[in-house]
Amino acid sequence: MEKTREELLQIDFKPPAKSWMDPHIDFEARRGSWSYPGAPKNLRYMGYPNPREWSPTDADWKLPANWKQIIFEGMRELLSKYRSFKVFMDICVRCGACADKCHFYLGSGDPKNMPVLRAELLRSVYRKDFTTAGKILGSLAGGRELTLEVVKEWFYYFYQCTECRRCSVFCPYGIDTAEITMMARELLNLVGVNINWAVEPIANCHRTGNHLGIQPHTFKDNIEFLMDELEEVTGVRVEPSINRKGAEILFVVPSADYFADPGIYTFMGYLLLFHQLGLDYTLSAYASEGGNFGLFTSADTIKKLNYKIYHEAKRLGVKWIIGGECGHMWRVLHQYMDTMNGPADFLEVPKSPFTGTVFANAASTKTVHICEFTADLIRHGKLKLDPSRNDHWRVTFHDSCNPARALGLFEEPRYIIKNVCNAFFEMPENTIREQTFCCAGGAGLGNDENMEARLRGGYPRANAVQYVRDRFGVNLMSCICAIDRATLTTMVEYWAPEVKISGVHELVANALVVDGEKERTTDLRGQPLAGKEDKAHV
Amino acid sequence: MSFIWSLVIFSGLVALVLLGVEGAKLEGLFGIWLPYAAVGIFVGGLIARVVNWGRSPVPFRIPTTCGQQKSLPFIRHARLDNPATGLGAAARVALEVLTFRSLFRNTKAQLTQDRRLVYGSEKYLWAGALAFHWAFLVILVRHYRFFAEPVPVVIGWIQGLDGFFEVGLPVIYATDVVILAALGYLLGRRLADARLRYFSMAADYFPLFLLLGVAGSGVLLRYVWKTDITRVKELAVGLASFRPVLPEGLGAMFYVHLFLVCALLAYFPFSKLTHMAGVFLSPTRNLANSNRARRHINPWNPPIVGHTYAEWEEEFRDKIKAAGIPLDRE
Ligand code: HEM
Ligand code: SF4
Ligand code: SF4
Repeated sequence: MEKTREELLQIDFKPPAKSWMDPHIDFEARRGSWSYPGAPKNLRYMGYPNPREWSPTDADWKLPANWKQIIFEGMRELLSKYRSFKVFMDICVRCGACADKCHFYLGSGDPKNMPVLRAELLRSVYRKDFTTAGKILGSLAGGRELTLEVVKEWFYYFYQCTECRRCSVFCPYGIDTAEITMMARELLNLVGVNINWAVEPIANCHRTGNHLGIQPHTFKDNIEFLMDELEEVTGVRVEPSINRKGAEILFVVPSADYFADPGIYTFMGYLLLFHQLGLDYTLSAYASEGGNFGLFTSADTIKKLNYKIYHEAKRLGVKWIIGGECGHMWRVLHQYMDTMNGPADFLEVPKSPFTGTVFANAASTKTVHICEFTADLIRHGKLKLDPSRNDHWRVTFHDSCNPARALGLFEEPRYIIKNVCNAFFEMPENTIREQTFCCAGGAGLGNDENMEARLRGGYPRANAVQYVRDRFGVNLMSCICAIDRATLTTMVEYWAPEVKISGVHELVANALVVDGEKERTTDLRGQPLAGKEDKAHV
Repeated sequence: MSFIWSLVIFSGLVALVLLGVEGAKLEGLFGIWLPYAAVGIFVGGLIARVVNWGRSPVPFRIPTTCGQQKSLPFIRHARLDNPATGLGAAARVALEVLTFRSLFRNTKAQLTQDRRLVYGSEKYLWAGALAFHWAFLVILVRHYRFFAEPVPVVIGWIQGLDGFFEVGLPVIYATDVVILAALGYLLGRRLADARLRYFSMAADYFPLFLLLGVAGSGVLLRYVWKTDITRVKELAVGLASFRPVLPEGLGAMFYVHLFLVCALLAYFPFSKLTHMAGVFLSPTRNLANSNRARRHINPWNPPIVGHTYAEWEEEFRDKIKAAGIPLDRE
């Protein structure tokens, strides 16, 4: 990253003189704000169209000869399959309420990052070729010819939308630019224009069961290594089972949780909790990913990758499913899984074996969010908690986009945090809950080559973090999303380096009093607890 | 540019009706045939539009949740912003339609001198939009008095309420003032705000001109170039009963008013004004967030099967075995 913070913050909200209808983009000059294209081997593995080597900076993107026809036919098909697409194409009044709601716009000042214009990039083509007025009046009716330059512009801007849906909260008609981005990405995919950070995880996930391409033996090794770490901190040996038939519950997590810092501490947290409870659960090395990058590519891919969850639940004969902390994973589990791969009639309506609570809100999918599960335990006094073991943290909570705007999971994590931590502070009202700001690294954009766009788009979130840091001395932002844990870590390192990122169940495990544990002197990260600095061997 | 274009087209329409009535004496065309045609296009076009939308299914249940979900009994559920039932979703849509709930959330982001982002509340658009739409509705309802004999009492009440302040002669309706002010504001903000100007198109200015034209000519008819109401009523009742008569001496201003209404009606189904119907069909608003409680059916759900467990076990057999993870087929 060559630009300084000050340089990045020279944001100019004044629109340029050039009309937005001009699609030209200088990819060379905009390095840092786009992602590398999908590698041909991944496209080939998934059977996606037009695998080839290419770069956005090339003049020739090597599209199929009939690319225009492919896109138009694709558009016709999507319009016939999605009412959302049709309605959203037709009814925007350009009132501008969504304009300054997108983190990418706020961080870049680029007018085409206003959700209304992002949508208009596709809508203008729709108008030109799918509406009477556009066919006759052309650009006067807001129509625009589909050219190669337009395809390049789509690539740039539809891969500069994290599908966070913040814009749709404010739109008087609920126009969801994320939905429009999903449609645009479907179309781009038809001609082989996609990004590697989405298609590589997809190919991996299809083959090995998880985005990172972790194979069964490594899956087991990683987990054992984490259990060693956990034992060192707590003195308790946790022995999770893998692919065990007959367990009551299948536990599904995002793969980053058993692979990368700081997600691993959250993972230890889940497993320590389950151990203390004596929960009858199993992990699966096959369904080893709850996340689903299909969401960032095509509906068919979502279904394909999501398939393994119910398939595995059935094979193992479990009764119900718990899902770990992950944002887009939960959008899929909540809004897509049952429709695509259900009905899960071979499972039972989830019932907590400890409190007897029936999770009626999951009666059909039989899939419970771990925060719902834990909040219920705490409410019923089933956990012995010592919140002072989190006293070295002054905590704020980041609502991850999908649990916020696709579920409305606001209180469960807050309830947990308030029970396991003594110092909790909210960020400003317009940046939390349904109005939460994205980490700017979701939807496949959390890669290194796209860093400038991420840092810019991350500024609205980071700025709110700076606020609570300066005002309340906050030094930890907790969240319930694996992508957040990875991307926010980079983001706050740049904008607010004093603040660290954690999952919620990491904090739970710090506070959780476990039978047979030794005196804790450090937290799960091996950092000394407040008042135990002298005892801790860090 | 787009502003100029729509102004030119709008002016052309006004010139057309003035020439047509004053010059070519085509009162029959403008007084009878065009209104019928316009209503036909409006009704037919709008139905076609809604049917077209309806023909595409809603494959996934994708409400945007703007409040706490219904989950555990001890957590307070936001019934309207995150409805859990169809009834709740209907209430949410009603709130959107009647009060522009989402627009009410509007904020305005600003970057301060020291590069902090602050978000102020920004209710002007909401207030202006709500004022315009409600005034428009009341005026529309008031017009019913031209078409009905006797005038229903309810219309009389609304009229009385609207003229409550009893200023001027004839009494000035509050809605007349409100609609002109609100439309003026909506047009003014489009022109004054560089950002809005940047993405506004002819199709955004044109309906505002039409509406301002309709409301403006209506106001002139009532307060300045007064028209003979009994003759207007004769025309209206005739049209409504499909026994059209063409009274003499309605005046050019009346024809301008009527023609602009016709233009608005005919333009409606092909424009963004279809938001009136679309707002009811928006899947992020009109569906309950009951996703995990009740299965939503996708009529075109493709028969896709993922990488099966058996395939996975086959590929990684040795590694699974070496790791001591149980196999299905040894
Ligand atoms: C169910 C009925 C309707 C609802 C819920 C509704 C709602 C809205 C909302 C929320 C806006 C955005 C705010 C704004 O830009 O003013 C809007 C804009 C607009 N509406 Fe409606 N509307 C309805 C019917 C109509 C009708 C019947 C007309 C006129 C014939 C109309 C004309 C307009 C216009 C011209 C705008 C854009 C204003 C601008 O350019 O700033 N609406 N509507
Ligand atoms: S808020 Fe909705 S209607 Fe207004 S400009 Fe944005 S997408 Fe269009
Ligand atoms: S979904 Fe999020 S990233 Fe995409 S346009 Fe809307 S606010 Fe921006």
